[in-house]
Parts: sequence; C-alpha cells; structure tokens
Amino acid sequence: MSLNSPDLSVNLGGVRMKNPVMVASGTFGYGPEYADLVDLNRLGALVVKGISLEPWRGNPPPRTVEVASGLINAIGLQNPGAEGFLRDYLPFLRQFDVPVIVNIWGRTVEEYAAVAERLSAADGLTALELNVSCPNVKEGRTAFGTNLPMFRRVLAAVRLKTRLPLIPKLAPDLSQIKAFAQAAEEEGADAISLINSIPALAIDIETRRPVLGNRTGGLSGPAIKPIALKLVWEAAQAVRIPIVGMGGIASAADAVEFIIAGASAVAIGTANFSEPTTALTVMDGLREYLIRHNLGTVKELVGALRC
Amino acid sequence: MQLETVLILEHRDYGAGYRLLKVAAPGIAPQVQPGQFVHVRVPRLNDAVLRRPFSVFQAQADTLSILYKTVGRGTAALAALAAGQTVGLIGPLGHGFPLDGPAERVPVLVAGGYGMAALYLVAQRLPRQGMVFVGGCSAQDILGIEDFTALGWPAHIATEDGTRGVRGLVTDVLDAWLGEGRQSRTPEFFACGPNGMLQAVGDRAQAGGWTAWLSVDRHMGCGVGACLTCVVKCKAPDGDWVWVRSCKEGPVFECRQIQWEEES
Repeated sequence: MSLNSPDLSVNLGGVRMKNPVMVASGTFGYGPEYADLVDLNRLGALVVKGISLEPWRGNPPPRTVEVASGLINAIGLQNPGAEGFLRDYLPFLRQFDVPVIVNIWGRTVEEYAAVAERLSAADGLTALELNVSCPNVKEGRTAFGTNLPMFRRVLAAVRLKTRLPLIPKLAPDLSQIKAFAQAAEEEGADAISLINSIPALAIDIETRRPVLGNRTGGLSGPAIKPIALKLVWEAAQAVRIPIVGMGGIASAADAVEFIIAGASAVAIGTANFSEPTTALTVMDGLREYLIRHNLGTVKELVGALRC
Repeated sequence: MQLETVLILEHRDYGAGYRLLKVAAPGIAPQVQPGQFVHVRVPRLNDAVLRRPFSVFQAQADTLSILYKTVGRGTAALAALAAGQTVGLIGPLGHGFPLDGPAERVPVLVAGGYGMAALYLVAQRLPRQGMVFVGGCSAQDILGIEDFTALGWPAHIATEDGTRGVRGLVTDVLDAWLGEGRQSRTPEFFACGPNGMLQAVGDRAQAGGWTAWLSVDRHMGCGVGACLTCVVKCKAPDGDWVWVRSCKEGPVFECRQIQWEEES
C-alpha cells in the first residue's frame, strides 16, 4: 500500500468495513431512497431505519421541526415490520457490496428477541443495532434506554437469539454513559453506538402548543455535536469494544474529532437530509487528513486525544 | 432524481409579492413532470439542516423556474440570491400529475393562490385544452392568470373579499360552472391549494364520479422518502389507513386515496 493511500478499513466488532463512515439509522431510509444520489458501495456501512417485529404506524404529524443548527424529530419509528423489510428491501440491498446493519426495536423484551431472531435467519444482513434509546416511543426509552437492569435484560435476551454482531445504541445520558457502555460490553455487545437524539421540545408561541404531533422529540444535527463528542470520549474510556460515534457530523473535521475522541467508526445522520453525499465527502476528507498527518491507517487515530 | 448545482439565470418580481427564480438545470429540467418539485439547498443559510421544497412552475429545455414568497428564513435567504450565482438542487422529486387521462375528459384546474405554480405545466403539456379556477383571499393573492390565458385556457377567478373576480371561494365559482351543466364532457380535476380547498374539490369529484388529482403541501424533510416527515393519511387496501409519504408517493394523490377525516 502506497504512502498516499492510507488504510481506511475498520473491523467494527466483526463488521468488516471498507472505511469507517456509515449512514445512521433513520436518516437513510432502507437503501433505495438515496441510491440514485449516492453510490451505496462506497459507504462503510448502511444502517437501515428501525425495524420492529410488526409494522408500526408512527406518530401523527408534524413529525419534524428545524431549529437552530438542528432538527427535532418525532417520527415514532414508522416501519414496515420485519417481514415487510425482508420482502420489500433486503433483495435490493443484497445487490450492493456494503455491510447492512439493521436497527431493531421492540415494546417488550420478547419483541426485541423475536425481531432479532427473525432478522438473523435472513441471509444478507451484517449486524444488528439495538435501539434502546429512541426518545419517541415511550416504552422504548423509559423501560430500556435509561434503566440499567432493563437494558441488561433486553441485551441478554437479544444476544441469545443472534450470532450477528450486536451494537446497542446508547441514550445520551451524561450521568450514566459509562455504566451503560460497560453493561453493554458485559452482556456481550460487539460494539456500541452513540449518541441517539437528545430529548427536546419546540413550542409554537402563537398557539402555545408543542410544534410536534408527539409533543416532544429528539434533537439531532450540529447543535448536539459537542455533547455527543464528550459522551463518546467518556464511553471510550470505559470499554474496550469499538464505538460508532455520531451526533451532528457534517464534515470530515467533525468525523476526525469523533475518531480522536475514541470512535472507531462514525455515522452521518441529519446531514444526509441536506447533503445526501456527506458520507462520501467525509471519507474523502478523512483520507486527506490521514495523509496530511502521515498516518498510514485510520486505526492509529482512534482515541488519539492528547490530554 | 439527481443532485445538480445550477446557475441562476433570472430572479425577479413576479407580482402579488412573489418572486420567480429561473435556473439552468440541464440535468433536472428535461426530466420534470408536471406537479413534481425540486429540493433547494439555500446558500448562506448556515444553521439550516433541511433543504426547502418548491414546485416546479415552468420547465423548458434546460431551464426551470420556481415561484416563492418570502415567508421565513429559507425564502428570505433565497431572495438575496442574484443571477449569476449558483444554488444546489435535488430533483425532480415526487409523483406529479398524470396527463394520460381519456381524451374526452375536460381538464379543470383548481388553484388556491400559490397553488397555481404547481399547475402551470399541466396546462402547458396537456394535449387537451381545459380551464382554470383560481381563488384567494384578495386580488393580491391571484397570480399567474396571464400565463394560463396565454395558453388559451379561460380563467375563472374568485376572491373572498371580492377585489378580483367573483366574491367568494373558488369552489363557489366551480360549483356555479358545474351546476350550469355546461360541461358536456366529463371533468378531470387537477388541484393544488390549501387542504380545505383540496378536500372540497375531492368531495365534488367523488359525488360526480369524476377523477380529481390533488397536490398536497406538507412540511417536508429529506424530500426523497427517507425521513418520513411529510406523511399524509391515506386509505389502505384493507379498509384501514396508513401514513404515506407526500414526497415520494405524492405530492399528487387521487382524491379517493386520501383519508381526510382526522386530517388536521
């Protein structure tokens, strides 16, 4: 390998990626939505929107609202269910040479285990991301994302049902991030991803009503980046399993920050909506950064924070 | 659908407080179907995380234009752009108006104010001549009539304050025309405007056993079907209902697809 082409490949707890830049769940649909605009084969991995065992309608509109440097969303996990996903989207995704990670969620421990088992029986999926922290489905967040014993239970139950790499997505809880990261590692997670969106509210001052149909939602975008960075840094010090860092990444410089903080891979989320090719420009910029800093591999940069 | 950085050719007042933005979009413009939209990345709107969607008003050869009024941050930033600058587009997006209806149907366009922007290409490209009904609160909300009359399409106008055309709602004028029995042929509606107007047009179409294509306007996120922001409540085949993406399956729906009860 020449000095001018640094090695961007990453092994994320068993997910072999050509480069460390993936697209985050809920911001890239199920693949076909952006396929005309982005060469899916170039992505490090594609994380599809949250799938539950049965189809789910989601929340009433308005479902998103733009705020300063951010987006509050309360989609409510609308999805076609595991069978619908396998029937309508998996054949499309299998045409591409890209790891497909399915974000899964349930209302009960049993539902989490069942959807994990069903998807694990399918051919062509690379890993499961466990959504225990979506702020928009009450059962999901209250029961699993911020309650450590429940988090352990759901993770253990899913672990029993799948041999696919398992990546729990952690809630942005400043006081408990290390405990959750360690619990994930102890329960057999292969990696962790963070952060999910941050619970947030926007108010229409003329009507004095919440803007969103679900009243509250999850804040994402550049507004949350410094918070996400701190959480990734803390989690990285607490565990040995790799971390997928995300939260407001819109440029290569943002991604480099997350990697220096301890992320082995990064995910592009909200930025996809305004610039669908962000993941590609981020990986190009990351490569240039590595060259400029005489680094032969991206791995050398992971957790390289000097302090 | 493609991403294209396009050159602004013309940016001028269009009347009634609206601005017309015309761009050279050799990739997107030739692909545009009536009723489709483009998703605009507004320059110098640095803290914005979303693009802004606009119906394609006119499209000819390699150029297309949109109409807009300054209503918020996005359109205010758009208004500051000048000819010679560039802007990023994704398009053409969505399912537009089908133009392949039976030749014996008379096209009836119904626009509420700015809704005419989405309807011009229907009139221009339909091989059959029809007529247009336009409504608004006041004379200043009525725009683009000349563009339709230039195509030879007669325009019926209604304003709620009576400052232009008939005093009342656009559906009042439409009802008068329907009631006069002038339509020796079957009407086919193409409508764009506020929800109340769309529902009223749909009600008339269903009562008469006619077809009505309605272009809905929903708050939009990604514009390509990924984020599920812009959903519309639609009837499901099994008699139940589902949330359907207005950016992908829409923005044009046949009136029988939409479930208006509970729509807010």
